[in-house]
Amino acid sequence: MDKVKPHFMPGGRLEKLQSVYDGMETFLFTPNTTSQTGVHIHDGNDLKRTMITVVVALLPALLFAMYNIGYQHFIAIGQPDAPFMTMFGYGLLALLPCIVVSYAVGLGIEFIAAQIHHKEIQEGFLVTGILIPLIVPINTPLWMVAVATAFAVIFAKEVFGGTGMNIFNVALITRAFLFFAYPSRMSGDAAFVKTDCILGIGEGSVIDTYTGATPLGQLATHVGDTLQLNNVIGEPITTCDAFMGLIAGSPGETSMIAILIGAAILLITGVASWRVMASVFVGGLAMASLAHAFPTPTYAASMLDPISQLCYGGFAFAAVFMATDPVTGARTRTGQYIYGFLIGVFAILIRVYNGGYPEGAMLAILLMNAFAPLIDHCVVSSNIKRRARRATVK
Amino acid sequence: MLSKKNKEALFNPLSKDNPVLVQILGICSTLAVTVSLEPAIVMGIAVITVMAFSNVIISLIRNTIPTTIRIIVQLVVVAALVIMVQQFLVAYNYDVSKQLSVFIGLIITNCILMGRLEAFALNNKPWPSFLDGIGNGLGYSIILVIVAFFRELLGSGTIFGFQVIPQWCYDHGYENNGLMILPPMALITVACIIWVHRARNTELQEN
Repeated sequence: MDKVKPHFMPGGRLEKLQSVYDGMETFLFTPNTTSQTGVHIHDGNDLKRTMITVVVALLPALLFAMYNIGYQHFIAIGQPDAPFMTMFGYGLLALLPCIVVSYAVGLGIEFIAAQIHHKEIQEGFLVTGILIPLIVPINTPLWMVAVATAFAVIFAKEVFGGTGMNIFNVALITRAFLFFAYPSRMSGDAAFVKTDCILGIGEGSVIDTYTGATPLGQLATHVGDTLQLNNVIGEPITTCDAFMGLIAGSPGETSMIAILIGAAILLITGVASWRVMASVFVGGLAMASLAHAFPTPTYAASMLDPISQLCYGGFAFAAVFMATDPVTGARTRTGQYIYGFLIGVFAILIRVYNGGYPEGAMLAILLMNAFAPLIDHCVVSSNIKRRARRATVK
Repeated sequence: MLSKKNKEALFNPLSKDNPVLVQILGICSTLAVTVSLEPAIVMGIAVITVMAFSNVIISLIRNTIPTTIRIIVQLVVVAALVIMVQQFLVAYNYDVSKQLSVFIGLIITNCILMGRLEAFALNNKPWPSFLDGIGNGLGYSIILVIVAFFRELLGSGTIFGFQVIPQWCYDHGYENNGLMILPPMALITVACIIWVHRARNTELQEN
């Protein structure tokens, strides 16, 4: 690494690629320079470590996603007894291209932008790049993922000034772009279960009772007074299945257990704000209880009890990994409670009462991203007013 | 006929002083009528016509309008012209007039129009005012056409209603981008045009 360094310094042959070199060097090694002047006492907890922690927290969801993609496939083709490793391998092969595309496109754009602006490459995309494959339905064509990632990184991130300056969560913008641009690929029964075989693994045709509908998809089209959710081949499922995660859905969102492990990692390391996380769940519970208090067949999702409401769909995943994004969320403590609570309320509100959107977590977070600065502003200015009053009373 | 000042009145609005790109006026109708090229072009022609003639009329009577009621007078003139254009469209191109629906009528409230009447026609002779109206109308129409071109191409795969993206692409997994049909994407397209425009005209960049 040191041998090629002179080429990348100003004046060298590859001067234009300095930020690439810099990015790779600091990614692989600890910088060997120390500060020479002044007092520099700070934690070694930099952006890299924060980002890697989030990636580690995402690993349980990622690994479970791979298994579940395989599991859904094999029950769809009527072979629920396939060996564990076959299912996992199938899911790995299904998910890997999406991860590669998301990282290649996103990091490519970040590298180019860093070269143009002569800035260091930031690590922000490490998390976004792994979030995207986890929240996009498994059957989304790769070129759509590439287009959406490029759109999100350019228009939601780079134009605002890069990592740390974005107003909206980049991964969610990717999903929102796909959702509005290619609606047929993002919802409905054909999106969430991969049924064709990959590299000879998982050959077979789907069995007759196969529907491919996700629980929330069934809720959105549900008719009648009694509610029974089914898995992709029409067998009944319970909230317990949703908690375990062996249901159809976007790859990362299905398993409550894997998400809770991730949440524990984030909270123990102090990377994510427990205030936001807790208040999203409280808000969701409050709205779900309110909806459940007035169940009506017109809005089938209101017949779900509050706990199941939190287990199905992307609610928990969004609450743990995306509402807690420190860049796009509220930063004042009081603001974080309000921000999280409203995300929870809106997510369930949209899910239950808007038939057009089977899941509301994405739109709820994007909406509150827009309002986070306003919430912070109100909290800060009311704080200033309160202190001013206290100062003048004397 | 075309002195230096008149040339400026005609050509400046095309780029350096573009009503949409630089003054950020008339955005609402830009978002609304640019789903496909045909209505965008018709809308552009309608705005050019109304703008040119209202500029001339106001310029002709500029010395007799009492300043206190000038806005009302301008509105009456513009409204009369807009109604004429609207009736003409209904008579000769009914389909497009249905697509454009209220947006032809809403030319009355187009900020570019009132802006030019206030800023130019009230202080200049009819001929320069005419050129100014044509120039600003053209500047607006160019943006409309560029935005509509990209939105129709990417959103519907067509140009003027003709299929240009071959069936081969659809067979191999290409799909039209539904977001392009929605107004937000028009805003982003305009933003991209502004981006390119500012990058080429560095004197327009704010610090």
